[in-house]
Amino acid sequence: MCFGTDLEVFQSEVSDMSNPVTEEVGPKPAGAVEILARDPSERKKFLKMVGKGVGGAAAASSLAAFIAACGSSSSSKSTSTGASSTPATTSTTSANTGDIAIVNYALTLEYLETEFYKKVIKSGLFSGKVADLIKAIGAQEQTHVNALKATVKSLGGTPAPKPVGKFPVTNATAVAKLAATVENIGAAAYLGQAGNIQSPMVLAAALSIHTVEARHAAILNQLTNQSITPDGAFAKPMSMDEVLAAVKPFH
Amino acid sequence: MADSKFAVPEMAAVEVKGMTREAFLIRGTLAAVAAGGVAAVGPFLSDAFAQSGSGDIAILNYALTLEYLESDFYNVKGKAVGLTGAAKTLAALLGQHEAAHVSALSKAISAAGGTPAKKPTFSFPVTNQTQFLALASVLENTGVSAYNGQGPKLQNKAYLGTAGSIVQVEARHAAAINYMIGKSPTPDAGFDKPLEMAAVLKAVKPLIKA
Repeated sequence: MCFGTDLEVFQSEVSDMSNPVTEEVGPKPAGAVEILARDPSERKKFLKMVGKGVGGAAAASSLAAFIAACGSSSSSKSTSTGASSTPATTSTTSANTGDIAIVNYALTLEYLETEFYKKVIKSGLFSGKVADLIKAIGAQEQTHVNALKATVKSLGGTPAPKPVGKFPVTNATAVAKLAATVENIGAAAYLGQAGNIQSPMVLAAALSIHTVEARHAAILNQLTNQSITPDGAFAKPMSMDEVLAAVKPFH
Repeated sequence: MADSKFAVPEMAAVEVKGMTREAFLIRGTLAAVAAGGVAAVGPFLSDAFAQSGSGDIAILNYALTLEYLESDFYNVKGKAVGLTGAAKTLAALLGQHEAAHVSALSKAISAAGGTPAKKPTFSFPVTNQTQFLALASVLENTGVSAYNGQGPKLQNKAYLGTAGSIVQVEARHAAAINYMIGKSPTPDAGFDKPLEMAAVLKAVKPLIKA
């Protein structure tokens, strides 16, 4: 589990960053992510920022632990209590707090998904209709990454660095099942955060992505002979801690 | 907080307000279904939507009415149409879920001190499996948009949890139905578009008799 810099992919990310930044906040210095991704000391600073950022602490410390787990301080997984419970703060002034931390958490998950699908597509394990579906899903995850990155910036925060995924891409059946697993986790992760989001606009965006992840999950479940609705009539949320534990093997 | 719009291209379509193009498309689709089916189209919306409390309770009653509609569609119309095979199996599953949503929302409204909206009488202009599935797709996708449109307006975060849990299931339904009939499981691509209450009500109006 390590964050690093896949430069090749990273370059394409950078070129995606031409999204106009919000007028209210004004442009952030370009290449902040680039600096973070390349420079370990900057990354540490970022982690500190994230770590002390969220008023409710739980969310941010989990995120920090998530990111830190890949850096030098590998062992300190924070045991936050109530990551899914109370909204932290209504402050929007300081960087990487509250909503920003949540969006960065989502961004990290979307990065992992995006990278996973890139590998899957590259593997050539799928063809025809299923390959088309996987390409479409992968492309949508990329649009989530772009949008969330821009959202973090528009909120005045610094987008989380891109993790390096470690997904076993061996055979079609296993990969399809893994994709289903990842999507179900993604949907549960968004659902778990909805109540913690303060900004109605961020919430609207998260809800909009949430149901797309759910659609992906349903179709991939179906393709792998699993129930389209594994939780029955009411989907279950996952807390940040639960999600981070679940995706730990993949980065 | 004074939250204005994001200047994020991908998010441009995800606004809390104003989804006129989508509303139009939904109406168009419903109209097409109706034209191909039975003539009995209820002209007016019942007042089930009109006097149903305010704030969160009004939103929950709105959701309840949409769930009544879906539940009736699968559990009553589905049987009447005589579905077969995978369509029958899927409709039965979805019907169970919608009934569970009706029950949960009714309880939530009562627990909040509100009065659950009455179940309207519905009229679905479909006579065969193909028409049924086409309308199912519209209803499920509209349902997703309806919930997503109301989510940010809920004051009580507990209701947001309930609504979120339900809308995720609606999205799964929508994807499965779409896939079954050869439509994209993600018709709005990466970002499901929310719909305002007014747009949804206009869209479902032809299906409500009284």
